[in-house]
Amino acid sequence: MSLAQDIPPAEHSAWRALDRLGMLIVLLALAGLALPFAALRANRIVSGEGIGLVDALPGPPGGLVLALILAGMAIALLRIPPLFKLIAGMVLLVALFVAVGTAATRLTPLDNTYARVAPASGFWLLLLAFALMVTDALTRLRFSPWARLGLLLVAALVLAGLLRSGHLDDLSILKEYASRAPAFWQEVRAHLLLAFGSVAIAALAGIPLGVLCYKTPSLRAALLNSLNIIQTIPSIALFGLLIAPLAWLAANVPGAHAIGISGIGTAPAMVALFAYSLLPIVSNCVVGLLGVSPPAVDAARGMGMTSWQRLFNVELPLAFPVILTGIRIVLVQNIGLATIAALIGGGGLGVFVFQGIGQTAMDLVLLGAVPTIALAFAAAVVLDALVDLASGKERPA
Amino acid sequence: MIAIGNIVKSYDGVAVVDRVDLTVAAHSVCAIVGTSGSGKTTLLRMINRLVEPDQGSIHIDGEDIRAVPAHVLRRRIGYAIQGHGLFPHWNVAQNIGAVPHLLNWNAREIAARVDELLTLFQLDPSQFRTRMPHELSGGQQQRIGVARALAAKPNILLMDEPFGALDPVIRAKAQEDLHKIQQRFGTTIVLVTHDMEEAIRLGDRIAVMDKGKIVQCAAPADIIAHPANSFVQELIGAGDRAFRLLSLFAVGDHVEPGEANGAPIDVTASLRDAYSELLWSARNAAPVQRDGRIIGRITREALTRLAVGPQ
Repeated sequence: MSLAQDIPPAEHSAWRALDRLGMLIVLLALAGLALPFAALRANRIVSGEGIGLVDALPGPPGGLVLALILAGMAIALLRIPPLFKLIAGMVLLVALFVAVGTAATRLTPLDNTYARVAPASGFWLLLLAFALMVTDALTRLRFSPWARLGLLLVAALVLAGLLRSGHLDDLSILKEYASRAPAFWQEVRAHLLLAFGSVAIAALAGIPLGVLCYKTPSLRAALLNSLNIIQTIPSIALFGLLIAPLAWLAANVPGAHAIGISGIGTAPAMVALFAYSLLPIVSNCVVGLLGVSPPAVDAARGMGMTSWQRLFNVELPLAFPVILTGIRIVLVQNIGLATIAALIGGGGLGVFVFQGIGQTAMDLVLLGAVPTIALAFAAAVVLDALVDLASGKERPA
Repeated sequence: MIAIGNIVKSYDGVAVVDRVDLTVAAHSVCAIVGTSGSGKTTLLRMINRLVEPDQGSIHIDGEDIRAVPAHVLRRRIGYAIQGHGLFPHWNVAQNIGAVPHLLNWNAREIAARVDELLTLFQLDPSQFRTRMPHELSGGQQQRIGVARALAAKPNILLMDEPFGALDPVIRAKAQEDLHKIQQRFGTTIVLVTHDMEEAIRLGDRIAVMDKGKIVQCAAPADIIAHPANSFVQELIGAGDRAFRLLSLFAVGDHVEPGEANGAPIDVTASLRDAYSELLWSARNAAPVQRDGRIIGRITREALTRLAVGPQ
């Protein structure tokens, strides 16, 4: 596709030649440029002073970043092949990280361990603008599942490289990290255990329940409705509601406390996340099984498969992509919900969020929130790719 | 032999199959014809116990079909349905090998049987073995569906509108293939169809069903010549019954000595096709050939005589 083909005839207004989403991206980026790029604070809890991009990075580096951003805005506006937009967007995202890291190093006064430089609203808006450009290009390019996984890996490696290079070390969020690195990794492990563990248990319980609902229509409505009710309980309420019964269990059932059951801590958090996971898994399992092509089921019966053979050879394999979609939904949901577990002593990245809120230290909140978002995003990309692979979309239709 | 005795099946108090008796001789083709809702599919599905009757019994070669568990019975009976019912996540070889696999044949036997069947249906095994169902044309999918039904060498084959989803040209070819295979292996076939043309073409006997009852069961020629009631009459279509009668016989049975001009007609062509050809080319007779050699002629006069119904 050449540029010339894409420019509409002269009788159309010039607006039509521009990319609609590109205009939104440009507006976001302009707002980002107008707002402060970084914020300097005397210590981690006071509010700080905003500094614009050019002031944060005087001289050639700032000029280069500004030029890159303007070029990125132009590329966003033009109707050019999405691959160019993807590359340009990714270059800009990396440039923004490098710029904010450099700004932090430059702005932090020497020998002052209390001062903090954080990315400010301008940085976040610019990040949003070009992340939008990247995701839009990705949607339009319709990469194969393997290409998407590869791209995620590349993005993770670039991010890891940036972090390891020490270039970002003067940013406030990484200073928070530096002062509690062991605790951070411990909470990451707790978070992953909560999110993946609850989904694994829910899948182990939910898929058989789904099969049961499929085979016994009279049970279907009753079970799905009661799971629906659990889903409507606000998460904090559910976490709280479980404290009393689990504490009672721990106190009265011999051995319950020994295996880790108690009113607060990991057990109620796990139970609550499990309860939230059950409905999407069970209902997707039922929907998937009901969606299996009736002639295939009839043929399986007619050729003499027993009902178990039918289930494992035909029905479950054909329902698998829909079941996997259910697992994707709850995994992404639980990675987010697991932050609330910290409220009842369940650990996880939520610990930093709530500590940060308590101390009014926004950098600490970000230390909990940013990895959570990254994890949820990565889980969504990986599972979407797996769903596509399972439903055979890697083959040309 | 399949013996169906006084069988009844009701849904919500309405008899879908109502006291039906039907005997299908071994090695013959019985076509069950009826409009939708006539109970023909229910009747068929009772033979392999996909539907359990409320009353009556079915015997295969003298043995009550309830003597063995349903899934064991079904593995001995081929089953082909409209829309083929191939498993979309299995390739062609896995689909065809499904029943042999259930019967615990070893892998080598299954592979050999798959190749044999693919060859029988004029599909190159090396090319088709590993294809997925969605990579096949409609006609190929249907052939694989029938091949799968025949995989474990069943004596009986049940077919529910097997060619219903095919376009007329492919359908005619599929019917011809099925006819050849039936001749070669002597499989007993029960075929459900709403298409009288198909029933006449394939059936040794035709059972016409209406409102859960069999209203007439007879050889195609008898059904055409002596329809039991107006319903059967209507199914046959009074307008072209003379042609349907002609379509039952091949040119080979009515060759007479003598010469004729013009393009020859093949000995396997139906009388109907021969008559049409004579009308079209404005000839009174045409030469008949077998394997490229002229063996006689067929005349319009003879055809006109053969098309006459009972007076």
